[in-house]
Amino acid sequence: MWYWITQPEAVAALELTLAVSALVALTNAVFGTVLAWVLVRDDFRGKNVVNAIVDLPFALPTIVAGLLVLALYGPDSPVHVHAAFTRTAIYLVLLFVTLPFVVRTAQPVLHELDTHMEQAARSLGAGERTVFARIVLPNILPGILSGVAMAFARAVGEIGSITLISGNRPFHTEVASVWILNQSQSGNGTGAAAVAVLLLAISFLLLLTIGGLRRLATRHERA
Amino acid sequence: MSIQARHISKRFGDFQALDDVSIEVESGSLTALLGPSGSGKSTLLRVIAGLETPDEGEIVLDGEDATGVAPQRRGVGFVFQHYAAFKHMTVRDNIGFALKVRKRPRAEIRARVDELLALVQLQGFGGRYPAQLSGGQRQRMALARALAARPNVLLLDEPFGALDARVRAELRAWLRQLHEETHTTTVFVTHDQEEAMEVADSVVVMNRGRVEQTASPRELYDSPNNEFVMSFVGRANRFGEGWVRPHDLQVTLEPNGSTREVLVDRLVHVGHEVRAELLRDDGERLTLQLTRDEAERLELSAGQIVYVRPTRQTVFSD
Amino acid sequence: MGPFVDGVGWAPPRQGRRERPYAVHMDATEDTASGRPARPGDSRFTMSRAHGLGLRAVALGYLLIVLLGPLSMIFWRIEAEGVGKAWSALTEADTIHAFKVTLILATIAVPLNTVFGVVCALAIVRRPFPGKGLVNAFVDLPLALSPVVVGLSLFLLYGRTGWFGPWLTSHGIQFLFALPAMVLATVFVSVPFVAREVVPTLRELGDEQEQAARTLGASGWQTFWRITLPSIRWAIIYGVVLTTARCLGEYGAVAVVSGSISGRTETATLRVQDYYENLDQAGAYGISLALAGIALVVLVVMTTLKPKEAAA
Repeated sequence: MWYWITQPEAVAALELTLAVSALVALTNAVFGTVLAWVLVRDDFRGKNVVNAIVDLPFALPTIVAGLLVLALYGPDSPVHVHAAFTRTAIYLVLLFVTLPFVVRTAQPVLHELDTHMEQAARSLGAGERTVFARIVLPNILPGILSGVAMAFARAVGEIGSITLISGNRPFHTEVASVWILNQSQSGNGTGAAAVAVLLLAISFLLLLTIGGLRRLATRHERA
Repeated sequence: MSIQARHISKRFGDFQALDDVSIEVESGSLTALLGPSGSGKSTLLRVIAGLETPDEGEIVLDGEDATGVAPQRRGVGFVFQHYAAFKHMTVRDNIGFALKVRKRPRAEIRARVDELLALVQLQGFGGRYPAQLSGGQRQRMALARALAARPNVLLLDEPFGALDARVRAELRAWLRQLHEETHTTTVFVTHDQEEAMEVADSVVVMNRGRVEQTASPRELYDSPNNEFVMSFVGRANRFGEGWVRPHDLQVTLEPNGSTREVLVDRLVHVGHEVRAELLRDDGERLTLQLTRDEAERLELSAGQIVYVRPTRQTVFSD
Repeated sequence: MGPFVDGVGWAPPRQGRRERPYAVHMDATEDTASGRPARPGDSRFTMSRAHGLGLRAVALGYLLIVLLGPLSMIFWRIEAEGVGKAWSALTEADTIHAFKVTLILATIAVPLNTVFGVVCALAIVRRPFPGKGLVNAFVDLPLALSPVVVGLSLFLLYGRTGWFGPWLTSHGIQFLFALPAMVLATVFVSVPFVAREVVPTLRELGDEQEQAARTLGASGWQTFWRITLPSIRWAIIYGVVLTTARCLGEYGAVAVVSGSISGRTETATLRVQDYYENLDQAGAYGISLALAGIALVVLVVMTTLKPKEAAA
């Protein structure tokens, strides 16, 4: 098993997977929170539609997602962006697929947030940025973190949307899940299994860490 | 700091919360905004604090127009009904927040927090989280927090409403004492008229977005402006055209010309007073109040028939 | 236990509660006018209008680039390739068979997981038992696992050289590269959804009603059928919708175990890839459009169900 994990191609695939997934998780942390904020605190025509659209990546088959991103950024791109078969493409398609996660976990906590706390902070002299950083953020962080954890896990394991768009160039755009798929289809069950187990272990480790972080963040709620 | 609200109006959708309300709060006084739910008292308080913007009217603080000023810069300390504790911060961090935000040096913050912890008798609780405190302790923490930056005016929105009776009584007395010591202008909102009467120098009675009367507790009780104030502040019995206080009813065992016949329905012994719930011959219910001695002298008991006559009556003309 | 299971589920939230949460200040009997959402330009003392609008622009812009951009490609592409070609691909025999396969898989997986999900939820919430944490984690597992890993495990278990391999071959059962494996794969990846919807609902409801029913003489089954089930029905329905969407969209696990044999073990999603790799873009986008259409219906159903689920 060790042999397969240390194969250069496998290692490259794993590195790429983890790096891109981390980036995706981070991007979601920021933009997902912004989206959640706008959906909870803001009001504009068509907001309900926007809210519903956020769920689309959950409803749409991943392979269709991959195909569409490929269409937008591929060789015949109408916006003349040719990012297909590159790492950027993988990043973009994963953003599509993981969009709902942070938004949906941040929304309920934001909604339940007691605005009295923010008002109290203002009455005590805190400016808007301070109110957000010291009052709002610490209280919605657990929600954001669970979304980030899920987005990360999803990104690491994603296959359907990546298959078409990444081009699967070994050492360049091949992600771990695709590598495993290729190995299993070319008869290398052992190799595939080895890396699969590693992937599993990594995911779990990170998820447990973030779960621990969440418990840490909510320790003040346990009387 | 003196406070003036001039012709304040505020609506929420279809609901008119405040309708041309004007009040004046003297610097250094302890004022109560008293009224039933929906009377607009909390809204008025929040407008003074800057947490709500009025549709019309001005707020003048210490002679300067503060209507457009953010709550951060009004120098008010606000205490919320449900504490609004920063639940992710310790008690110390909660109390010190206002100073932290003003970037005071750490030593200064620590000293002030210690001072306030002693003031509200929460020494030793500094490291706890609000979730680990009782309701009364949380509210004391909220008070300390509001006082930390030495505000010019202290505003409290039904501060004791969520607490049980004994804690409420203790905190009431404590608030009064605090005011005696610091003389900070204080305005608090309550629907409990006993609380208002007991604690405040001056009471503003509000109803349905309007001010009914502003006066000292005594004046409010003895000279109410209208029926609403009469029946809201203290108990009052309707007697024909007028109103009679429970202790202004004279009781006799024999009829006496101008007396009315009543049945003693229920006797309630509240400490050294006796409250009798009476049923008048026309079905109207009355409340009578006498001292224990008087009750014993008359040998009052439930089911007894007695005769009452008002010694003092108030009639409103409109 | 696990990071998922704390009530902050991944599933689209109970947005229905938004419909009237800020009625607090509209109610004439409630005086404290608070809890209103701060809106840009609302009170001058919350967020400045510029900030609020800026944030809105960022959020919508992000959505546009990441989500709506690619989405619009469906129509663009179909137009480019030709509606006729797309249609003929859709009506090809193998394509229709592929949709049939997808349907069969969903028809088996959804009811199975619904029952399993409800039973699990009941067990987890109402009757704590040793190993409850493990079951909880197990139910959430497919959300964290790569579908490829799922497929691979099935492969290793049931393949000819796998654990059960010899047993299966000796009994003449074709597991891999046939429906049984595909069913198992689909079932496994769609396990979590019903359970994760029902668990928080059950928790929030509390068991007082059930206790009341029992004191009035209802048996366990009666209590379940008359009291528990009606109160969780929207959560179940919502979970079913999510499960169905997942089954229809499944790719990775089934790709590994099915061999993707056209006309035999190919699902709709596998067929999209098939067309694409054979340079038949029209076909690929044609099927994609059909799948996207179904997804849109699912989305609409989800959106209409959410408020009911929240209010229940």
